[in-house]
Amino acid sequence: MSATAAPATADQAGKPKEAKKNRLSGGFFRFVLTRFLLIIPTVFILVTVVFFVMRATGDPISAALGGRLTPQELQARIHAAGYDKPLIVQYFEYLGNLLHGDLGTTMTDNQPVVSILARYGSATFELAFLALIVALVVGIGLGRVAARRRDHAADAGIRTFAILCYATPVFFLGLILKLIFAIWLNVLPASGRSSLATEMQFSRLVSPTGFYIIDALQLGDMNVLADVLRHAVLPALALGLLTAGVFIRLVRTNVISTFNSGYVEAARSRGVSERRLLGKHAWRPALIPIITVMGMQIAMMLAGAVLTETTFEWKGLGFMLSQYLKARDFVAVQGIVILIAIIVAVVNFIVDVIAALIDPRVRY
Amino acid sequence: MAKANASRTAISNDERLGNLRLRRKSAWAKLPIVKQLRVAVGWQKGMLVTGLVLCAFFLIVALFAPAIAPYGHAQIKDASGSFPAQAAPSAKHIWGTTAGGFDVFSRVVWGTRTAIIAIIVAVLLSIFAGVLLGLVSGYFGGWVDRVLVMIADAIYSFPSLLLAILMAIMISHGQSGLWSGILASGISITVVYIPQYFRTIRAEVIRIKESAYIESARVVGASTWRIMTKHLFKNSTRTLPVILTLNSSEAILTLAGLGFLGFGIEPTAAAEWGYDLNRSVSDVTAGIWWTAVFPGLAIVLVVLGITLVGESLNDLADPRLRARKSAGEVVGSIEDTSVDEKEGTSARNEVIAELDAAGNPIAAKPVATVTDYDEAFRASEWTGEGDTGNRGEE
Repeated sequence: MSATAAPATADQAGKPKEAKKNRLSGGFFRFVLTRFLLIIPTVFILVTVVFFVMRATGDPISAALGGRLTPQELQARIHAAGYDKPLIVQYFEYLGNLLHGDLGTTMTDNQPVVSILARYGSATFELAFLALIVALVVGIGLGRVAARRRDHAADAGIRTFAILCYATPVFFLGLILKLIFAIWLNVLPASGRSSLATEMQFSRLVSPTGFYIIDALQLGDMNVLADVLRHAVLPALALGLLTAGVFIRLVRTNVISTFNSGYVEAARSRGVSERRLLGKHAWRPALIPIITVMGMQIAMMLAGAVLTETTFEWKGLGFMLSQYLKARDFVAVQGIVILIAIIVAVVNFIVDVIAALIDPRVRY
Repeated sequence: MAKANASRTAISNDERLGNLRLRRKSAWAKLPIVKQLRVAVGWQKGMLVTGLVLCAFFLIVALFAPAIAPYGHAQIKDASGSFPAQAAPSAKHIWGTTAGGFDVFSRVVWGTRTAIIAIIVAVLLSIFAGVLLGLVSGYFGGWVDRVLVMIADAIYSFPSLLLAILMAIMISHGQSGLWSGILASGISITVVYIPQYFRTIRAEVIRIKESAYIESARVVGASTWRIMTKHLFKNSTRTLPVILTLNSSEAILTLAGLGFLGFGIEPTAAAEWGYDLNRSVSDVTAGIWWTAVFPGLAIVLVVLGITLVGESLNDLADPRLRARKSAGEVVGSIEDTSVDEKEGTSARNEVIAELDAAGNPIAAKPVATVTDYDEAFRASEWTGEGDTGNRGEE
């Protein structure tokens, strides 16, 4: 497979002038393929762990409906759903269904779990995307300042800020932001993704994407867009600052270590300006670990989204997860958790590919 | 001793190395935190001290919770009648009361206890399991190693809070009492952090298992168990204090996260900050701030304290990150060659502090990065002074 596809990627890469270049591109393609195939065991292990952990306590029907039905009814429901079969049989059935994209049906409101992703996934992605922007702007900006002003007051201040960001639970930060901006100052909405009027506007759309910012742009109504953005500020800030703390540390450490390396010293002795040294010479090599950790942080962000969405009643996957947790609907919980596991695995794959694009040394 | 040192330095008229007083290291000075405390300088020392003070403060609060808290963690009335609900801070309830009529101050104080017990359970369990698995996996290799690494990587990449939720469902089906609740939270957190210890220990073991002293131990017929416990274990735990502190702060956050989602400990069984914050979400919308702010601040301060200690330990272990205001003074002598006469030298700087702490006058190398660094290696062995005294852990 790689033999036929390698020249194609080489052509796409732009300048397939030398045989050496060709080989490199082939290596890159092979790296992407291997890395892609690695998703399968990762997801498989997680599905297995999740399945057995969830089943270790018994069947989900008794958990969700126990006490509300008579034992006979309960038994009938359990039998109908196949939860009285041997665990290993259930496991393989679950895996089989998963391959067809079937994650089960929720106990409490009888919806396919996949439809939950379709309905609420966009909200979570929108939140995570906005939070990532906050984290990157704050993290990279302050991290570079801290690296440049190392051991000075600015550095100490920024580092303290980073540790504070990390030390504050996202839901507490959310509550404080809410208290200050929504209750005391009353300048921003306290919860939800948009006001009722905006929801009404969205219902006019022929093909709503679920991403409210895109939908608002589709409508072309500036008031709607402003309303959506006003609702997004506090949740994105809460979730973004949590991650920004990690980014500040990471950027600072990596820029400092590349800044001290020999080739930066050499460039400095040739008279390259400090600004250019920081922006170009020390920056690019420092980027690789930053991107790798960014991938891991996206996973953490999804967990943070569960808490942020609960705090702000932001109706996304995380909010639904906490609702189903409260209702003890473990089929839904299991489905959403596996969905998140797949998302995390795919995001990590993309991040690794980007890292390989930037740094050829990563490829193997 | 001054002479011996002076003859070794090439810098003329520089008596500082000669005047260096090498103190004998007491057992006290060899304790992990104390050693770092002596090496740290400047604001880095400030960070470490602040962190230690915060940690000590919360430890004391946890220990003396019964004496500090005016009421019980689930007390809603006293001799003079029921507590008012959502009462603002007053003389009787200095931090106010919650919607359920609990005294906020008492709940925060009792919550310290829950948090610290949960950390201890979680950290002890995950160290035990992670270190054991790491040793076995790293030393034996083979398919066991490959399978373990794969599982650890899969779990590591997974959002830890979600995993903790799953574990909490499995262990306690959600709600539970004090000890079962703390154990459930502790074990849930443990599972999340085992991969971290596993990875670190495994990497160290793989690095040092090829070294000569392991080889020779094998040659003289030491058993596998002895090699693993005596040689590999002791030398691969170098980075553990750092991971340990950072993990305990994450453990608090995970515990609070579980509590916030309603998967912690029942309010009647014990006070838990995350649960209190969960209850305060609706209070905040009504402008009632005291039920949210105090438990939240408690979480922030505990995590801040532990993180400050962890970060400082991490930085001190990594020479590239250590504060380096005056690193060149003795060895590099930047100031000595400076044309600017105002450039002074300070009597005591980081290098000297470190030399003192390491008890090793020649190797000014950062202590923690020396491969196979032996804690028991003492200054006397370098200077040839007769000191056969305590060789620590041997």
